[in-house]
Amino acid sequence: MASAPSKLYADDVSLVVVLLDTNPFFWSSSSLSFSQFLSHVLAFLNAILTLNQLNQVVVIATGYNSCDYVFDSSSDLNRSFENGRMPVMCSSLLQKLEEFLIKDEQLSKEEPEGKIKSSLFSGSLSMALCYIQRVFRSGALYPHPRILCLQGSPDGPEQYVAIMNAIFSAQRSSVPIDSCYLGSQNSAFLQQASYITGGVHHKPQNLDGLFQYLMTIFATDLHSRSFIHLPKPVGVDFRASCFCHKNTIDMGYICSVCLSIFCKHHKKCSTCGSVFGQAQSEVASASDKKRKTPET
Amino acid sequence: MNNGAGRRINGGAEEDDDEDDVNGDLDAWERTYTDERSWESLQEDESGMLRPIDNQALYHSQYRRRLRSLLSTAARIQKGLIRYLYIVIDLSRNALDLVDGYLNQIPSYGHREVLILYSALSTCDPGDIMDTIQKCRKSKIRCSVIGLAAEMFICKHLCQETGGTYSVALDESHFKELILEHAPPPPAIAEFAVANLIKMGFPQRAAEGSISICSCHKEAKVGAGYTCPRCKARACELPTECCVCGLTLVSSPHLARSYHHLFPIAPFDEVTSSHLNNPNCKLQRNCFGCQQSLLDPGNKPGPAVVCPKCKWYFCLDCDIYIHESLHNCPGCDSLRHS
Repeated sequence: MASAPSKLYADDVSLVVVLLDTNPFFWSSSSLSFSQFLSHVLAFLNAILTLNQLNQVVVIATGYNSCDYVFDSSSDLNRSFENGRMPVMCSSLLQKLEEFLIKDEQLSKEEPEGKIKSSLFSGSLSMALCYIQRVFRSGALYPHPRILCLQGSPDGPEQYVAIMNAIFSAQRSSVPIDSCYLGSQNSAFLQQASYITGGVHHKPQNLDGLFQYLMTIFATDLHSRSFIHLPKPVGVDFRASCFCHKNTIDMGYICSVCLSIFCKHHKKCSTCGSVFGQAQSEVASASDKKRKTPET
Repeated sequence: MNNGAGRRINGGAEEDDDEDDVNGDLDAWERTYTDERSWESLQEDESGMLRPIDNQALYHSQYRRRLRSLLSTAARIQKGLIRYLYIVIDLSRNALDLVDGYLNQIPSYGHREVLILYSALSTCDPGDIMDTIQKCRKSKIRCSVIGLAAEMFICKHLCQETGGTYSVALDESHFKELILEHAPPPPAIAEFAVANLIKMGFPQRAAEGSISICSCHKEAKVGAGYTCPRCKARACELPTECCVCGLTLVSSPHLARSYHHLFPIAPFDEVTSSHLNNPNCKLQRNCFGCQQSLLDPGNKPGPAVVCPKCKWYFCLDCDIYIHESLHNCPGCDSLRHS
């Protein structure tokens, strides 16, 4: 699925797909309140739309139990401007976001304590990529697409495979994934996503000035980025986690059948059941088959 | 300019594909005029009226056939993920002997494969070709051939004996398809490779300003390198083998690239009229992935597919993208599993 560069508009037209983290478990313990965060983000989205007449913005909310589209600047409902004031965009986005949050909360079930409360980042990332593929297919000219993730929730290890699949697909379609991490720790997923796809990752030091970080780092279109000094990736952590303890390791053992990572030598792989060091013949007639001897 | 003549010869017994890509079966010089041959993209319907060829439905049905043939053979079958593959372009006469010598030295957990691109109509072998074929078979090397000229018995025999596939390309786009068929890992024959634990290192990227002597270029370099966790030597790029201690150095994304072979997603089902008439199913106006409308201009439900797990509806283009490139179902990933 290659994109055709000759179909692009002028250099500085962008489509920004924003993935907004609405995880209530994160926002209830964050120093920045959700409403202050929204005011920064809305001003930023408005600024992107004014940078170029043809710019487009799509917002997908990443919730705790579900994900959904909450805003699309190219849809007809959102295009009317009233007397030059802050357009209809704000009210429609906020309304859809509120509906989404209510629905998301209703889907909550009882969760055991101690689990990592991560949001469904892989779901919204996959939806963003499907939307961008639709833009590539739209026929005539289309803007440069990119994805901006505003995430604060911790990484959910169960989403690792899905997120990596999405990252590689974005890399293949040349869609950069920018990420702005709002939490207190570090997010290895976001760092890897931005590094592999050629986007920018940043963790703002002072969340009160979020709008300034967004404008100076994430508002630039892709063509102009080569002329601007953006934060460089500082020590991206590519170490793997072992499947048995989920610890980060820098040396491990890989099962040659299923590529599971272990920190210690085992006799048998816990994921695929292969016994190591023996030919994996399931048939009981092991006596018929010769043991595989190393070839000289 | 249709490829009506000639059958596709395939070890895997694929069925004939009548509706090839419109431009793919033309010669190279003819393709420069394709833009001017607009009459070729029209066809007559039952009443003799002209209408344009429905490329989207054609493309989607080709894709479904491909998916079905892939999945019918390889659903829960173990795949050989660690492959040592030699590609032979037939300028050498004793290629099989050479490859046999090289592949004998690889570790026992690797799967040995050869892909030969062959266009000659005869072979010129230094010894008895049947002996060489038996030698490859004993060394557990899976030989596949893609022919560019005509089908040859000896190639077919080689592929049958060693468990590979033999296919003959009809034109350039078909050739590309055939080569890409060898890219996903083939089903593993259990006795061919021993399961083993391979020791690998996951080096950290050095800080931007650090200076060290690079082990591959043998000179001092600034920043941007990787440090072997065992011997602390610097390597320039990954994946590689450490020059000093021989440890395989990879980063976790390199392994993660193969995970979609291990955790494939289920194919989506086509939406039938019974789905639509079912009062329980939610009437979805837009594709869940890209928000494109699923209704055709007459406000009737257009073609769509549904995920068997999360029951969300998707458009045909998202179906193709999800299964060929993304390997995640957005619907399943947007639901929290308890």
